[in-house]
Amino acid sequence: MTNLIATHWNYLVVVALMLIGLYIVMSRQNLVKKIIGLAIFQTALFLLYISLGRISGGTAPIIDAAKDYTYSNPLPHVLILTAIVVGVATTALGLALILRINDAFGTIEEDEILAMKDADRKAFKGKTDGGDE
Amino acid sequence: MITSNLPALIVATPLIMSAIVALLPSGALAWVITLLTSLAVLVFAVMNTVIGDGQPVSYALGGWPPPWGIELISDGASRLMALILAGLSFASTLYAKALIELEIHPKDQARTYGAWLLTMGGLLGLVMTADAFNLFVFLEISALSAVTLVAMGAGVDRRALIAAYNYLIIGAIGATFYVIGVGFCYAVTGTLNMADLAQRLPEATAAPVFVGLAFMVTGIMVKAAAFPVHMWLPAAYGYAPSAVSSLLSAIATKAAIYVLARIFFTIFSGLPDVTDLILKWILLPLSIMAMFGGTILAIYETDLKKLLAQSSIAQIGYITLAFSVATISSISAGFIHMANHALIKGGLFMAVGAIAVSIGKRANIGSIAGLGRAMPWTSSAMLVCGLSLIGLPLTAGFISKIYLVLAVMDAGLGLITALILLSSVLSVVYLWKIIEVMWMRPYQGPAISENVMIYGPLWLVAAANIFFGIYAKPVVDLADMAARAITAHALIGGL
Repeated sequence: MTNLIATHWNYLVVVALMLIGLYIVMSRQNLVKKIIGLAIFQTALFLLYISLGRISGGTAPIIDAAKDYTYSNPLPHVLILTAIVVGVATTALGLALILRINDAFGTIEEDEILAMKDADRKAFKGKTDGGDE
Repeated sequence: MITSNLPALIVATPLIMSAIVALLPSGALAWVITLLTSLAVLVFAVMNTVIGDGQPVSYALGGWPPPWGIELISDGASRLMALILAGLSFASTLYAKALIELEIHPKDQARTYGAWLLTMGGLLGLVMTADAFNLFVFLEISALSAVTLVAMGAGVDRRALIAAYNYLIIGAIGATFYVIGVGFCYAVTGTLNMADLAQRLPEATAAPVFVGLAFMVTGIMVKAAAFPVHMWLPAAYGYAPSAVSSLLSAIATKAAIYVLARIFFTIFSGLPDVTDLILKWILLPLSIMAMFGGTILAIYETDLKKLLAQSSIAQIGYITLAFSVATISSISAGFIHMANHALIKGGLFMAVGAIAVSIGKRANIGSIAGLGRAMPWTSSAMLVCGLSLIGLPLTAGFISKIYLVLAVMDAGLGLITALILLSSVLSVVYLWKIIEVMWMRPYQGPAISENVMIYGPLWLVAAANIFFGIYAKPVVDLADMAARAITAHALIGGL
């Protein structure tokens, strides 16, 4: 067991970060904190892939025919480069939406927004219910 | 030149044009170019289906042969999906002009069309790709642009922003789950190509493969709005601009359900024991709960857009149910219902959007009284699509129901057949509620002049509902080919 922790500690870090990220997304009321949680969750994913590509003693995969090196697998790194771009885009879009939410509602706390949404629903109902129901 | 590059053209055309359209100064010009682009994609999708001998065509992007390079696959399943997506996008784009002019600020219109094309391109990429990681990229392209489109509803109702935010967060978690799953499968096989994965997964270490399957399925179920991870959908479709609701409801979840089928029947085809277990004991019960949950919530909903969204949850349940029965005829019934439900819901959301802009407020049970007489064109098209949703003979919905019921009966699941029929009967309740208020109440309000730019495309979709209800052969044949293509990698098992 201790041996497993010693050799696979990077995966334990991945699992811990994943759970921390997910917990923040689910438990926080503040919309910015949710985005931070999402970023931590996605970072855990990046570390998972990067761990997969690493071989102990491996070097950068630039072929040198003269010597017999062990090479790390570059493909997971390239994949994660793409995933990082997606993650940055998600964060940017989320923050942009929060700015607009702050303009429209005057707060970024989820419970306060939900209360206002209920008020909106009642206002809309009063305005639109034309006929008998 | 064009014919040999069709799979790439279907995906690349909307993606490239979206960048150009977003920079245009005027919304009207942007609409013309968007319409031409979606017409071009439709032509490509039709050519892609018609040309060739029906055999799968593999397209190596950038000339790198699979399994090393990214592969696009044009087989029966992706051809049918591309056709559904392209056809409904074209009809929605045609319809969008008048509504986007009314609901979105002139300054933002061109950029909205940019996001519109990006959504189309992302979803088309989703159905064409044969690479598990590339699929994630297309998933996020379509999700981020769809979130932007939903948020554009803020001009009418600020609650659209909250709906868009929740859609973004839940969608991103779903997509990340999917990639975690792909990571596990990649760790034990060293490949990302779907066909290659299908061959290598049965020989790989079992535990990571199972974990991978669980993560992938959960992630895509979020995207497909399958019960019980569908919570984002009613709000997102309910508060999005009307044109966006009709586009997304017609095509967005369909692409994700197709991916779900790909995971079960292509990627994990070598492990029929495991997939069977998940299909029969997890997806099937969840589908039945979706059928009833969505229908019952729709019965109690008074806001028309949200009512349709709840009904979509139930209809997605029918499709996932068809897939979870996992015989060739039931998978084919699932594809038939995907095509027909795109026509039905696309048309219904179009009609509700048209009503909302004509009466100048949200369409709900109270505000649509008597509109059958005030807006005859829109209301009659809505009636046709509504009857198709129930599954009345001579409509497309009838064809879906009959093939679904026959396939489930053939599989020897009599009880489930009865449940399908029962939930169909329940769906009559909420549709009758709408029909009764629209057609049998007197109309009190100012005269409404209908815009042909709105009810024209709507009738195009309604007519397709009738046409494919009478002449169902093309859809049924294509769906059969799709079912055979998606299970072509199945090595063992009852498929």
